[in-house]
Amino acid sequence: MPVLAEADLRLDAGPLDYALLAIYFAFVLGIGFLARRSVSSSLDFLLSGRSLPAWVTGLAFISANLGAIELLGMAANGAQYGMATVHYYWIGAIPAMVFLGLVMMPFYYGSKVRSVPEFLRRRFGKGAHLVNAISFAVAQVLIAGVNLYALAFLLNLMLGWPIPLSVVIAAFIVLTYTTLGGLSAAIYNEVLQFFVIVAALLPLTIVGLHKVGGWQGLVDKVTAGPGGSEQLSAWPATELTGIQNPVLSVIGIVFGLGFVLSFGYWTTNFAEVQRALSAKSMSAARRTPIIGAYPKALIPFVVIIPGIIAALVVPEMAALKAGDDSSGIAYNNALPALIGELLPNGMLGIAITGLLASFMAGVAANVSSFNTVFTYDLWQDYIRKDRPDEYYLRIGRLATIGGTVVAIGTAFLAAGYGNIMDYIQALFSFFNAPLFATFILAMFWKRMSAAAGWIGLVAGTLAAVLVFVLAETGVVDLPGQGASFVGAGAAFAVDILVSVAVTMVTRPVPEERLVGLVYSLTPKESRRHSATGEDAGWYRSPVLLGIGVLALTLVLNIVFG
Amino acid sequence: MAHKAGLFDLRLVIAVLFGVYGVVLAVVGLGFTDETDLAKSDGLNINLWSGVGMAALAALFATWAILRPIVVPDASDAREDA
Repeated sequence: MPVLAEADLRLDAGPLDYALLAIYFAFVLGIGFLARRSVSSSLDFLLSGRSLPAWVTGLAFISANLGAIELLGMAANGAQYGMATVHYYWIGAIPAMVFLGLVMMPFYYGSKVRSVPEFLRRRFGKGAHLVNAISFAVAQVLIAGVNLYALAFLLNLMLGWPIPLSVVIAAFIVLTYTTLGGLSAAIYNEVLQFFVIVAALLPLTIVGLHKVGGWQGLVDKVTAGPGGSEQLSAWPATELTGIQNPVLSVIGIVFGLGFVLSFGYWTTNFAEVQRALSAKSMSAARRTPIIGAYPKALIPFVVIIPGIIAALVVPEMAALKAGDDSSGIAYNNALPALIGELLPNGMLGIAITGLLASFMAGVAANVSSFNTVFTYDLWQDYIRKDRPDEYYLRIGRLATIGGTVVAIGTAFLAAGYGNIMDYIQALFSFFNAPLFATFILAMFWKRMSAAAGWIGLVAGTLAAVLVFVLAETGVVDLPGQGASFVGAGAAFAVDILVSVAVTMVTRPVPEERLVGLVYSLTPKESRRHSATGEDAGWYRSPVLLGIGVLALTLVLNIVFG
Repeated sequence: MAHKAGLFDLRLVIAVLFGVYGVVLAVVGLGFTDETDLAKSDGLNINLWSGVGMAALAALFATWAILRPIVVPDASDAREDA
């Protein structure tokens, strides 16, 4: 991360703002203590006892993703690239979330697996399971570290707190409530965080729009600005992808971001899927990502729009956009800079709370998914089998502590990177892009062999790493986010090709072991969800809800794209 | 299976937090906002309006929680439909 210290982003926080922040922390810890009473087994601790209603898991589903990278990174992209950033939501999230709920959830929830790697163990055996469990655990700890560092950096910038102190305080708060209350505490706090984040960003957007003279004022000012009117339309996003040819740029967005990257992330990332697995019924589990998709489709309006506004009304930001970086401000500071520019004491406190809430949501999601994979997929499967459940509950708590300590260490690894977004995207394309290919084959092609499971994953990951290295060393020229889109595409294609090739020369998994895991071998009744009692009513139909949010996204694309 | 019944109601937690936030912000907006504050947020009394909005959100969640309280099923029921 570049040195930003010269840019003065210090916020004028008063006692009132700190009081509002303190109230929030009291609630967060209180939820941890209250949730503790409901933890009496490892399944309670690591999967909320599969008891949560769909609106709770649905909001937690997107809140878990609404972390540091999301907020600061997307506002930064908004300031730099304009409306093209909406692709990360409308192309890069909604279709994948609907697909997860409608197509994949019956196998995840229906097979009663406790984690995404566990699905791979049942489908393919040990090879693919180990590759996925280890890479996931490592990635989560790294990303938790990035989130922690970003949080500390922001606290230092806005409030002047020393970075090491901020890292430790934030880690301690997350650790306290996740160790006490487990996934329930993490999920309940994620729902609370969601509302606090909206309560912070919605007023900011309203004041910002008022300042630039409403929507028309925004359009006029962006058109007259250095980015020009191109930044008001989402397509073809040549600036964002770094691909000059508009047709190839659109293909890069739709295939790279929309298909491979986003499907890989949303449908196989256990930090997300875990929220749905904790739902109380198959119907609630299927609705989880779809209910989350509705607010997800609207979040760009309170994240990207403020980013665009920041580049208009914050003088240093406007100068940066015009090519003058002498103030030392970076695009990643768009959101805090706008908050400092527009919000008086009171709302300022809410805004700071909202930003901190978002960071902690990210860290807690990483930690609470890491501890599950560590406990069930690594410790229970390979190190200590067949112990009583209390033993694994204790391991779950210890893994939470261990994961957080390692994340504190990795927080400082993140310091070397300029754009948080690039760093995370690189990690995602390494681990996630090939996963989606493997899962799709695994769920719909019963012939796919156990060896193909892990060899495909490894080959796909290596393909992504290769593209990353070629782009970093300048062999392939792809500025912007283009490298991760292409890397993800390569990983997907290589995974499919290698998996098919290996399957042809190896023996298939016996069919009786695949019941409930593969589409053609799962009886139709067990893929269905109940539609009675608390799952009754047309407004609880996953298919109808899914069609609704796809239609909403289409309309948004037409109106604002 | 020993399974302690029911979590606390999250909707009430949300209602209390935003109730407190809403009242504090509305009071600040009404009684403690000077010209400099107003000028900063472009003439909008954003504390007041945000406070009103949050209080409304709190009322909504409180109403929902009161009208549709959580019913805790017996442990055996909960296991069957899962």
